Amino acid sequence: MQPTFSSSRILLPVRPWFIFFSLIAAALLNFMPTAHWPGVPDWVALVLCFWSIREFRRVGMGWAFVLGLMMDVADGAVLGQHCFAYVLLAYAASSLSRRILWFPLVQQALQVMPLLVATQVLQALMRLAVGADFPGWGYFLGPFVATLLWIPLTFILLLPQYQPVDQDPNRPI
Amino acid sequence: MAGIDHAPPPFFKRGPAPLALLTFYIAVSLAIFVLDLRFKSLDLLRQSVALVVDPVQRVAQTPGSLVDYAAGYLRGLQALQQENQELKHSQLATAPNLQRLAQLEVENERLRKLLSVKEREKANGQVTQILYTARDPFSRKIIVDKGQQAGVVAGQPAIDETGVVGQVTRVFPFSAEITLITDKDQVVPVQIVRSGQRSVVFGLGNGQLELRYMPANADIQVGDVLVTSGLDGIYLPGFPVAKVVNIERDSAYSFARIFCVPIAGVENFGEVMVLDPRQPMPPPPPAASGRPGSSADQPGLRSKKKKLSGKEN
Repeated sequence: MQPTFSSSRILLPVRPWFIFFSLIAAALLNFMPTAHWPGVPDWVALVLCFWSIREFRRVGMGWAFVLGLMMDVADGAVLGQHCFAYVLLAYAASSLSRRILWFPLVQQALQVMPLLVATQVLQALMRLAVGADFPGWGYFLGPFVATLLWIPLTFILLLPQYQPVDQDPNRPI
Repeated sequence: MAGIDHAPPPFFKRGPAPLALLTFYIAVSLAIFVLDLRFKSLDLLRQSVALVVDPVQRVAQTPGSLVDYAAGYLRGLQALQQENQELKHSQLATAPNLQRLAQLEVENERLRKLLSVKEREKANGQVTQILYTARDPFSRKIIVDKGQQAGVVAGQPAIDETGVVGQVTRVFPFSAEITLITDKDQVVPVQIVRSGQRSVVFGLGNGQLELRYMPANADIQVGDVLVTSGLDGIYLPGFPVAKVVNIERDSAYSFARIFCVPIAGVENFGEVMVLDPRQPMPPPPPAASGRPGSSADQPGLRSKKKKLSGKEN
């Protein structure tokens, strides 16, 4: 069976302020005290990955770098740790974007999973290499939860771009 | 064919190639990673980003603190009355000691003068509220609500009502970061109360501490209390740090493995007191974890102190 681009709906163009708003909201979610629970995903990485795939012309490595720097300071981590991982994530996501968007949502999620896992593993490797303590396996649970969230996230973040379903019957197209 | 120009037309504006951008950003990331980790020279960058991020972070913590507040509100009169009763009891229990403390301190001062020993430093400080635990899962740090504006400087020790909690390692304009004594390789110079033996205790990163480099036949027992020795010029002497919980003596190694748990509620939320820096001002911690024991210029400081006290007499 040939894979097809399953979404037949034509989307409106994205509004830049909505991208900005969603990334800030993701950062806010990251700053919440729930971040210490095991399995809570890295929201910024997830939303950044989403926009890098959907709108790789607008959200790219520059955004990833700035957001990474912000997360480094907010976490009290070593500067550059999140920057490095996010920049690589943005690069991989944007270069794979045409391929990933071809698949239906469930398969998209499966293709995104390695990227998110790699982001987390890369950060752990960077810190372990310079003598930090192993944070426990709960740390690596986040990306898998994030994968499960890919489908609802796509729905929510594309909401402002959906056109109304009932169209004018007299319209030529 | 000869007339075809392969350069893209100028109206499709394109930035640098993705691979070039990637190389650039990765180089910058790795550079600041090394600079921050090894040379500690990016504090200004960190402080300026923190100035923007800190308010947002505080806002994000509000729902959690509201839940705490609501829980406290709903706990009811009964529980509060009971807690009040207990506090009154404990206050009364400590009252005899506290009432005589002032007299004892004066007496101690007088005796020290008679013996021409330098006066004990008084422990002063400021109470700070813990805002949140730093999100970084690789280290143990907390953020408190007083910073440069309140005169907090890096290197100040922090205590709670039972013992030493940690040390201020980074200071931001309106907040400060305290590295807990349980952070990996965080060092506190200590003294065993029972035997008076001095040593240093290292954080293990898993909530415990380890007393390293103690000979296998050292006089130490489970239950021994470790207090700060004050030899580092940072911690005042006599604050409880940890309690020995487990000793592994293996004849194959020349050192015993001695595990301790912190006495202070190191991993709890609440308030901590940031103590004023000791006189003379300690140098800023050389490493991220602020290793008080490894300061190279400690002996110089102490000899200076000795000279000073010598002059006074």
